[in-house]
Amino acid sequence: MNNSDIKSYLIQNILKPVIINFDDKNIIENLQILKRDKIEKPVIYIGAGTCGLGAGAGKTRKAVEEYLSNNQIEAEIIETGCIGLCSSEPLMDIQIPGFNRISYEKVTEDKVENILSSVFKLEVAQNPKLGQFFTENLRKWDNVPNFNDHSFFKPQTRVVLQNCGIINPVSIEEYVARGGYRSYLKTIKEYTSIEVCEKIIKSGLRGRGGGGFTTGMKWKFANGEKSDQKYLVCNADEGDPGAFMDRAVIEGDPHRLIEGMAIGAFAIGATKAYIYIRAEYPLAIERLKIALKQAEDYGLIGENIFDSGIDLRIKIKMGAGAFVCGEETALMHSIEGKRGMPRPRPPFPTQSGLFGKTTVINNVETFANVPTILEKGEDWFASIGTQNSKGTKVFALSGKVKLTGLVEIPMGTTIRDVIFKISGGILNDKKFKSVQIGGPSGGCITEENLDILIDYDTLKTVGAMMGSGGLVVMDEDTCMVDVAKFFMDFIQRESCGKCIPCREGTKRMLEILQSITSKPLAGEKHLALERFNGVLQLERLGKVIKETSLCGLGQTAPNPVLSTLRWFRHEYEEHIFDRKCSANVCTELRTYKIDVEKCTGCTVCVKKCPTDAIIGSKKAPHFIVSDKCIGCGTCESVCKFDAISVEN
Amino acid sequence: MEKTVETILSEHQDAHRDSLIPILQEIQESVGYLSEKSIIEVGKHLNLPTSKIFGVATFYNQFRFEPKGKFHIQICRGTACHVLGSATVLDELQKALKMKAGQTSRDGLFSIEVVACIGACGLAPVICVNGEFHAKVTSNSIKEIVESYKKQAEN
Repeated sequence: MNNSDIKSYLIQNILKPVIINFDDKNIIENLQILKRDKIEKPVIYIGAGTCGLGAGAGKTRKAVEEYLSNNQIEAEIIETGCIGLCSSEPLMDIQIPGFNRISYEKVTEDKVENILSSVFKLEVAQNPKLGQFFTENLRKWDNVPNFNDHSFFKPQTRVVLQNCGIINPVSIEEYVARGGYRSYLKTIKEYTSIEVCEKIIKSGLRGRGGGGFTTGMKWKFANGEKSDQKYLVCNADEGDPGAFMDRAVIEGDPHRLIEGMAIGAFAIGATKAYIYIRAEYPLAIERLKIALKQAEDYGLIGENIFDSGIDLRIKIKMGAGAFVCGEETALMHSIEGKRGMPRPRPPFPTQSGLFGKTTVINNVETFANVPTILEKGEDWFASIGTQNSKGTKVFALSGKVKLTGLVEIPMGTTIRDVIFKISGGILNDKKFKSVQIGGPSGGCITEENLDILIDYDTLKTVGAMMGSGGLVVMDEDTCMVDVAKFFMDFIQRESCGKCIPCREGTKRMLEILQSITSKPLAGEKHLALERFNGVLQLERLGKVIKETSLCGLGQTAPNPVLSTLRWFRHEYEEHIFDRKCSANVCTELRTYKIDVEKCTGCTVCVKKCPTDAIIGSKKAPHFIVSDKCIGCGTCESVCKFDAISVEN
Repeated sequence: MEKTVETILSEHQDAHRDSLIPILQEIQESVGYLSEKSIIEVGKHLNLPTSKIFGVATFYNQFRFEPKGKFHIQICRGTACHVLGSATVLDELQKALKMKAGQTSRDGLFSIEVVACIGACGLAPVICVNGEFHAKVTSNSIKEIVESYKKQAEN
């Protein structure tokens, strides 16, 4: 069947009747073929999300194509999105007819031949594997564990990510065969818009972008407003450094987002929707464009959708590199073609939003939960998680952790489990220091609080916040003062400049942090007191900025500094009084010394030093003048005799 | 160059203020940057003062007012990349190309842009050259990467 025939078949037999479960054996079998549970020729899946491509999946694909052509084997190649285990990319799965799909990790182009030649001979190659997907009636590979028993995947509850890395993201046929768009069509046929709002309220779904507002309530407010035009907006800006879950959803399962948005648009009565996506996600934008065209082609978006009388048009708007545009009022201004500057609320977007009309803005992950909530029921969703935080949350693990990537777990899991059980613990078995949660608006969690349950409200009790769900793990070699400075520098650059507390206040905070981490001057003991005053000033400034800033960016800007001050005050004091950075990160506080025994007098370091801080003539031991040394480490890196090291 | 801007504007008939950013993005995509001339043309087309357009364009990090290099290097300075050493990678890159971020080399071969977060945090530190991603970049491997693009330019 060609694509056009498949489209007619699916529309007639699956989408129009809006049945969730089938009895017809013919239909079941046809769906199995579309889902690729039953295949005629081999299928090779390549993890080609941005992470996969970054790890070399493009070259892996070329190697696969070459192998197939050289050996005259006919097989289908499918590029999937991220399954979530970034540190194992590139991933390559092979499905031989009659056998379970088997997944190999770290498949760079040089590994392709060995794996394919073995698998096509029905032998398991020696290369590292993640596992095999156990499927009924299919043969097992010997000694290959169940993929779902892998320590990274077993503790997860994958709702939002259920299709990512598994399916072809730009195949609406596959999405529909797996149950896609049935929630939407059932919803518009059987429920009223207000009933949908009530269901979402009952499910307990809270905004996954960081705000944590009850999604259903927001929809209900908008539903109740009388307006000639209402808008639905998807916030796919994902500006938090360290967050990439929205990217993975769009690259891996864009139809899920579209379906979630369609349900949301119905719930509030919006006929026009926008997806505001950051320009730094070109692959996600490309796949989203294809998916939208496919949905339009199937009549799932457009006019009089499936004879329901409902209209919906979805447009993509690209961000232009401004973190503040993740804030909903700034985002709306950006869509309107203006500078992305926030405005005070009230009026809230549900009263007056985009182009002055009723608008609802939700995050990608929030929308991605909606189809499954309508499919399995709001009670099912509410049965997962804690009292106040229902459902699952996707976290992005990065930093000094062994297994980096995306983890979807029920709310109420402990942070300790996420880092040590699922992600394998600290890289190179170093000592855990803290985990930053919530990006530039968040705070850090220390060893003593690792058993805290992941929940919107409990995280706030330790000065952190859920945010979008980025978890950056830090070890003994990370300097917390440097981290605070890093975030403040980021915020300073991204501040829109509209209100004084944020524009001027964050600048002053940054200056204080810079003076704490800058080069000590000779004879400056009294300046220690000045720096200490600076720290007290940081706390005062932080409070004022939090209480008086116009928008969320300013209101949460002091959080990383206040959080690190609360839990790592000793590091600040060490920087101020001892003028030392024990993590060895703050370069200007480093001093290097030359071991006279090992120095051969080659003068290489003398020539390379950017500040001419090294004295020494040929064959005589060299000496570093500490007043001139800026701690850049160039000398250490060029010394062939291991004679230069940091003074402790 | 003028023709391309003309073509783009002709594809946006009856455009209003909300088309401003997409138009500027399309111009930058095909021309490589926003010249004063193109901005004036856009102003005429949308009936907006040039100052307003500059006000919008300069607000956003994405827009360049100088042509970029043949190889445009975007280096990610997000949290995960920072914790895994992107500051040193940026230093090395600036040393290797003898210029600072935000500039284009005199021979027009390279330009450096610092990006807030590319979203590939699992493989930090990350850089992106003309759409091609490089993962787990170190201060050593960045020199090799630059060399390989220099060689590509010679061929």
